Amino acid sequence: MTTLYWEEEIETLPRVGLESVQLTRLKHLVARVYATVAPYRAKMDAAGVKPADIKTLADLQKLPFTVKDDLRDNYPFGLFTVPMDQVVRVHASSGTTGKPTVVGYTKKDIETWSGVMARALTCAGATSRDMIHNAYGYGLFTGGLGAHYGVERLGATVIPVSGGNTKRQITIMQDFRSSVLLSTPSYALNLADAMAELGVDCKALALRVGIFGAEPWSENMRNEVERKLNIRAVDIYGLSEVMGPGVAMQCLETDRGMHIFEDHFLPEIIDPDTGEVLPPGEKGELVFTTLTKEAFPLIRYRTKDISRLIHEPCACGRTMVRMEKVTGRTDDMLIIRGVNVFPSQVEHVLMGTEGVEPHYQIVVNREGNLDTMAVRVEVSEALFSDEVKTLEKLTRKIQGDIKDMLGVTCKVQLVEPRTIQRSEGKAQRVIDNRKM
Amino acid sequence: MRVQQIAVFLENKSGRLAEITATLAANDINIRALSVADTADFGILRLIVNDVEKAKMVLKSNGFTVGITNVIAVEVDDRSGGLASVLKSIEKAHLNVEYMYAFVNKTGENAVLIFRFDEMDKAIAALLKDGFTLLSGEQVCAL
Repeated sequence: MTTLYWEEEIETLPRVGLESVQLTRLKHLVARVYATVAPYRAKMDAAGVKPADIKTLADLQKLPFTVKDDLRDNYPFGLFTVPMDQVVRVHASSGTTGKPTVVGYTKKDIETWSGVMARALTCAGATSRDMIHNAYGYGLFTGGLGAHYGVERLGATVIPVSGGNTKRQITIMQDFRSSVLLSTPSYALNLADAMAELGVDCKALALRVGIFGAEPWSENMRNEVERKLNIRAVDIYGLSEVMGPGVAMQCLETDRGMHIFEDHFLPEIIDPDTGEVLPPGEKGELVFTTLTKEAFPLIRYRTKDISRLIHEPCACGRTMVRMEKVTGRTDDMLIIRGVNVFPSQVEHVLMGTEGVEPHYQIVVNREGNLDTMAVRVEVSEALFSDEVKTLEKLTRKIQGDIKDMLGVTCKVQLVEPRTIQRSEGKAQRVIDNRKM
Repeated sequence: MRVQQIAVFLENKSGRLAEITATLAANDINIRALSVADTADFGILRLIVNDVEKAKMVLKSNGFTVGITNVIAVEVDDRSGGLASVLKSIEKAHLNVEYMYAFVNKTGENAVLIFRFDEMDKAIAALLKDGFTLLSGEQVCAL
């Protein structure tokens, strides 16, 4: 089989050519950001670096990092570099506390995004003849719409089925002859199990390949998805701050790593403690600089995802560096059913509930294929009641508030006082029992 | 006309009820009546004891969440229709029972019904008006 590319020239450009494109774009980006965004200018001035100091790609290291707190401090639109009349769309993801992280896109940004997403789909072997079943959630989350626009750009047919309603999804897969599935890996397993229960033979489906992302998954899970759905399962990477899905994508030639679309997203791997750039191939925190984004560019954004870059050439012919599957986080962020959850957000909700003490624990499990989150809250005298309905009302209220804030359904468990471990240093707020 | 009841939060794990009763026994506290309300996730133990303050203190110092609430103790003849007559009086006054439990006293002649209402004052007035005997805390413990 000959490899198909979406944009063959750039995807297979020799490194020297690619680096020249990156440098031109980087210089332009830094100059524009310095001129238009006060918070970036202030940080660069504090670090004593001017746009003219960026002469080579290595000079990127002179620039200060951007972190999630910078996004929060400039909520909602403070880091946008264009007037709002040029912003055609916003998306949002979980912030570390009450406020979400907001990202904006110009018309050209949407085109860039659909372009990299079309590349990603092509990496998975999709073409304009495919019927693409998009089970990523539509809404503020970038997954649904990001993938949707990519499919349309590719010229394939998109089924914007979004998440949930599994039986209907299976009917659609059968009747519409879905050939490519886009979803979280855990939802794919859910679909497989539901098919088995309904007696649907996946071999009778037209499904050929699944593109899975938005949550961590292991090689074991990949094997399970491939076996149960009788498809090839490939990995996609993205985060809303940088763009959304389509930052990096695995090709069909390898199971090792995803090609980063480096002409748009410049990666670095740093030591999360010192901030030093690590030698090629070492494992560390992934950092991205967006080279072409207009509305919401990021310079050296620390993703807190742990990965390593693979510089060896890939059999597919793409010259773009690969990143290994994300193996962890440098912070305590959890991903529950594809949704980013920070313990601090849960704490924020609890602290806003009268009588709740700051002792809580988050317990994450995987039941079947579904992640479940339980929040254990100590019952203080102020909360306690002799009436069941009062306590149940309290748990429902906390569950509702957490659902409102995080978009995740959880279960609140009331526990006896002083049963949640106290420790002098870092309290163990999270017990994650999932086997990744 | 009110009786103090101790309520204790019970996490859903084995042995908690045994620990509470052992704690009370070790401190010479006598349980006159009890009920457990249980849900899938937790329980609430409600107790009428001979020394409410002491019971609260020892349970708290053993790490339990404890609350004191007022309930009403109604004495009725231990015969069929005893409870029904009380509930009829309650219904007539348009009151809601939050929960109730009952025990029979040692002589076996009378039953004592413990009630928690959302509107306690109205309930007391309604029951007294219909001629029922309400017991004090001391009376309940002396039975």
